[in-house]
Amino acid sequence: MRSAREALTASRRAPLLSALGVVTIAFSLFAFGLFGLVAINIRKALDEVEERVEVRAFLSDSTDIESVAAAMKDIGEFPEVNRVDYVSKDQALERARREMGEFADVFEAGVLPASIEVHLRPGQRSPAVVKAVADKIKTYHFVDDVRYGEEWVEKLYRLRNIATVAGIALGVAFATVAVIIIGATIRMTVLARAKEITIMRLVGATDMFIRLPFLIDGLVKGVLGGLLALLFVWIANRVVNEYFIQTIFFNRELVFVGVVGGALMGVLGSLVSVGRHLRRV
Amino acid sequence: MIRLTEVAKEYPRSGIALAHISFQVKKGEFVFLTGPSGSGKTTILKLLYMDDRPSQGEVWINGVSSKNASGRDISRLRRRIGIVFQDFRLLEDRSAEANIRFTLEVTGAPKATIRSKVARVLTQVGLASKATSFPRELSGGEQQRVAIARALVNDPFVLIADEPTGNLDERATRSVFQLLRDINASGTAVIMATHDLDLVRRSNYRTIELNHGRIVFDSSESPAPARRFDEPLEIHDTPTGTESI
Ligand SMILES: Nc1ncnc2c1ncn2[C@@H]1O[C@H](COP(=O)(O)OP(=O)(O)OP(=O)(O)O)[C@@H](O)[C@H]1O
Ligand SMILES: [Mg+2]
Repeated sequence: MRSAREALTASRRAPLLSALGVVTIAFSLFAFGLFGLVAINIRKALDEVEERVEVRAFLSDSTDIESVAAAMKDIGEFPEVNRVDYVSKDQALERARREMGEFADVFEAGVLPASIEVHLRPGQRSPAVVKAVADKIKTYHFVDDVRYGEEWVEKLYRLRNIATVAGIALGVAFATVAVIIIGATIRMTVLARAKEITIMRLVGATDMFIRLPFLIDGLVKGVLGGLLALLFVWIANRVVNEYFIQTIFFNRELVFVGVVGGALMGVLGSLVSVGRHLRRV
Repeated sequence: MIRLTEVAKEYPRSGIALAHISFQVKKGEFVFLTGPSGSGKTTILKLLYMDDRPSQGEVWINGVSSKNASGRDISRLRRRIGIVFQDFRLLEDRSAEANIRFTLEVTGAPKATIRSKVARVLTQVGLASKATSFPRELSGGEQQRVAIARALVNDPFVLIADEPTGNLDERATRSVFQLLRDINASGTAVIMATHDLDLVRRSNYRTIELNHGRIVFDSSESPAPARRFDEPLEIHDTPTGTESI
């Protein structure tokens, strides 16, 4: 296609400028990608922590095993509940010793009470649901105490909300910067070709014909910048994995979304700068 | 073919550039637009190729009205108009033939026809031998002839020239003017803004004179007081360059 060829001609004529454009796009998307990576890893960590949200009911020593079994069956049928486990006195002791390591001897047999652990279904772990389940379990007469880390559950949720809001705000800010940079680089190409554009208009080339190469230019730069940014982010991720902590990388859908996002920013940037210029010529 | 009725043009800062402009140009006519600097010649030409629209009145050209022309109408109209400027406006980074080819390419001319069309107009302006020269390798007169070739390549019904000889010396002026006459003789209308009263007097073409944005004289309405020159203007390539007519 002619316009594609024109777009490439423009890049060939100003190779340095074009490279600079792609690299700045890559850097802004890199910042965007790094944040995204942090965000998905925070999210993953939150999900893992959340997995462990449970309600633990401590049982009084005199409780007979039949009523506990009946209660567990009842609780297991609550719609919010995924699974109910029984932890005997011995198991509690063993677990405590394992977790405390060198302080294992502190615990004597029979000190820790038996308990039942109630695991909630995914999506049923909000503070309100957890509290409701805990309140229901409290009504059994043989339940001494119910622990569910009220504060801890609420904090977890607050952290997650903050992360989401910060992610969206920073993402939008970075995207805006990327569009402005792309717009500026294409604007430089437009200005470098101002004379050609003037002549094209005088001899009767249509606006769309004049615009198309710049749109393609923006698209190509956006995609290239996106791919380059992806490479940077991937390298950064590898380095972090190698020397610091285990992280996950974007899945294929997110990679695709990132590159399409770059392309959209490229086209948007070019629309803004070319549109403004054409109206003034 | 071209009709202006009660056209006025006002610019936000500099005020009224044109007022009460009405005239018609017939098919194949040659018209001089004269008048002192700032009298509105360039403004009229811009209205003709719809680079700008009148503040009042209407410009009608080749079936397109300034009142309702869309961007697409204007693009299509400009493909049928040749436009030439004092400063040539050639692209410096490509040869004469590439400059002409550019026009055909960006207006979607069929690829197969491009080569022959470029060759034809270059021959028509007498520059077939300079096809591969870059603008910086050509004289002013030659550059202007390349610009004219570019203007002709889409077979315009009218050639609009804004002081096409303004940057040229005496001899180049004559050769370019002769070229415009030849083009006109083959049926293309020519509307030429000029300061060069010698050129105007030497030929007996219609003259519209402007002053302060108004038409103060139109030789098609009052019989021309200009002297007539019956012999056609010739270009003599004499080395002295001092011939007078
Ligand atoms: N784009 C513009 N914005 C504001 N004022 C303008 C613009 N173009 C022309 N004018 C004004 O309109 C008037 C006519 O200008 P125009 O260029 O048509 O004159 P001209 O006859 O071509 O002059 P010259 O012989 O010097 O080329 C001038 O007063 C000029 O200042
Ligand atoms: Mg002028």
